[in-house]
Amino acid sequence: MSDLTRDEVAHVARLARLRLTESELDLFTSQLAQVLDHAADMGSLDLVDVEPTAHPFGLINVVRDDVVRPSLSHDAVLAMAPDVEDGRFAVPRIMGEAP
Amino acid sequence: MTLADGWEMVIGLEVHTELRTATKMFCGCANTFGAEPNTNVCPVCLGLPGSLPVLNVRAVDMAMAIGTALNCTIQRSTFHRKNYFYPDMPKDYQISQYDLPINANGFLDLSDATRVSIERAHLEEDTGKSTHLGGGGRIHGADRSLVDYNRSGVPLVEIVSGPDMRSAAQARRYASELRAVLIATGASDGRMEEGSMRIDANVSVRRSGEPFGTRCEIKNLNSLRSLYHAIEFEAQRQVALLEDGGVVRQETRHWDENVGATSTMRVKEEAEDYRYFREPDLVDLAPDDAWRARVSAGLGPLPAQRRAELLALLATATPAQRDAIDVVIDLGLERYVHAASSAGVDVGVALSRVANELAGVDDVSRLSTGAFTETLAMETRGELSATQAKAVLADLLRGDGDVSAVVAARGFEQLSGASLAETITSLIESNPDEWRRYCAGDDKLAQFFIGLVMRETRGRANGRAVVSDLEARR
Repeated sequence: MSDLTRDEVAHVARLARLRLTESELDLFTSQLAQVLDHAADMGSLDLVDVEPTAHPFGLINVVRDDVVRPSLSHDAVLAMAPDVEDGRFAVPRIMGEAP
Repeated sequence: MTLADGWEMVIGLEVHTELRTATKMFCGCANTFGAEPNTNVCPVCLGLPGSLPVLNVRAVDMAMAIGTALNCTIQRSTFHRKNYFYPDMPKDYQISQYDLPINANGFLDLSDATRVSIERAHLEEDTGKSTHLGGGGRIHGADRSLVDYNRSGVPLVEIVSGPDMRSAAQARRYASELRAVLIATGASDGRMEEGSMRIDANVSVRRSGEPFGTRCEIKNLNSLRSLYHAIEFEAQRQVALLEDGGVVRQETRHWDENVGATSTMRVKEEAEDYRYFREPDLVDLAPDDAWRARVSAGLGPLPAQRRAELLALLATATPAQRDAIDVVIDLGLERYVHAASSAGVDVGVALSRVANELAGVDDVSRLSTGAFTETLAMETRGELSATQAKAVLADLLRGDGDVSAVVAARGFEQLSGASLAETITSLIESNPDEWRRYCAGDDKLAQFFIGLVMRETRGRANGRAVVSDLEARR
């Protein structure tokens, strides 16, 4: 059984800005532990000769040329904003810059 | 300023540079500075459901050019999502590179013969730009932030140095040299004032010989001056704290240019849990040898070498000439100096004219190296004064024709020998006393006659020709 704790689940929930009730915390701790147990089964396999697989497709270097394409219209963009001021999205004040 | 006895600074820098691509990193929106807010945005850079990112090949080329210039290993790399909740990224994550960056393990040599290690130089996308309206601001005391997503998704390379620098001056030298290299690769315009190059400084202090102390990260320094002063302040703050028996807390700090101090933005425990995971919408990037060779071949000589080539033209360089060389290299204008030097023009004068007369002009294409050299050769021969030569260069840069046409239009042609002699004769006749005293040995009066000739000819006479004419008649 995974040793995932209720506190760890609460921490992950906080990082994802999810508000969980006490009973939800219990439920998800047990569910997530099962998922981790399932993933841990992989550990029992001998995979030394297997390349790490990061993507189900074997593709590499999928790129596009550096050519400008039309953007959305200004009106269409601002129509999606919860609130608009000076042609910009107005949101509750945040402090400083992004991390 | 130096630290109290026995203390040493340890500095590492993270430099973000926007890439000069035509479009953003993962979509075809234009990458331009100063456009109307929220006009260069689309479903991809707004993070709308169902949109998919596709990597810009030019951004990869530029990242590889930077890696090559910084002596990095260019390796197979992957993209990750860096998750955080901030309105400047509408997706709620930034696509970045995490454990496998495109460039790793390089170095940059500084002019003081020190080598700064480069841990990595990875690709990531820029965030939108927020403007914060404080309480009591424009809108009835409302506390709001306004977001422009034009910058969201603009390609960046973040260059992370090792903790190898030991003074604010050295950190500034590194940043300055790195900026020159970035400009030389063509990947960046290096415009710190426009935010296209931004620096985070990791600063700690230790007693000499001891292990590294706890570091603080100063975010978003946008000039070399700020970088220098912020590091100085922060190191002094940490030493004072430690000498008082306190401890340095690992945290992110903000530099306030007006106050001249750093202050806490957030402590380490509050952030830095970005839940990185692989970006499932992007596949691995694995440039082959041919791609690497193509990028490498496109890379011209780097600033250190080009600077050395200019320095070699001077017997000894004054500090002002070294500054001029830096300007000339930054702007990539050394071809003018080399052309003038080959034609026998004084290199000091050529450097000065390029660093002053050409540096402020956005487009120098109308001034050929030949016309530049011809103008300076005339200045060297005394046919143009320094002031006149600068005016001629300005006209040539505006595209006002060739050198002789510009000189003629300005009325800068020198008087021919015959008409100059005629002018001098008539001035001698109208000032007989002064002429007699000059002939009697009063050399100071040479200046008197030169002044008269210059006034009469509105500066079109060659001073040296006047003197030799006067001496011949004496």
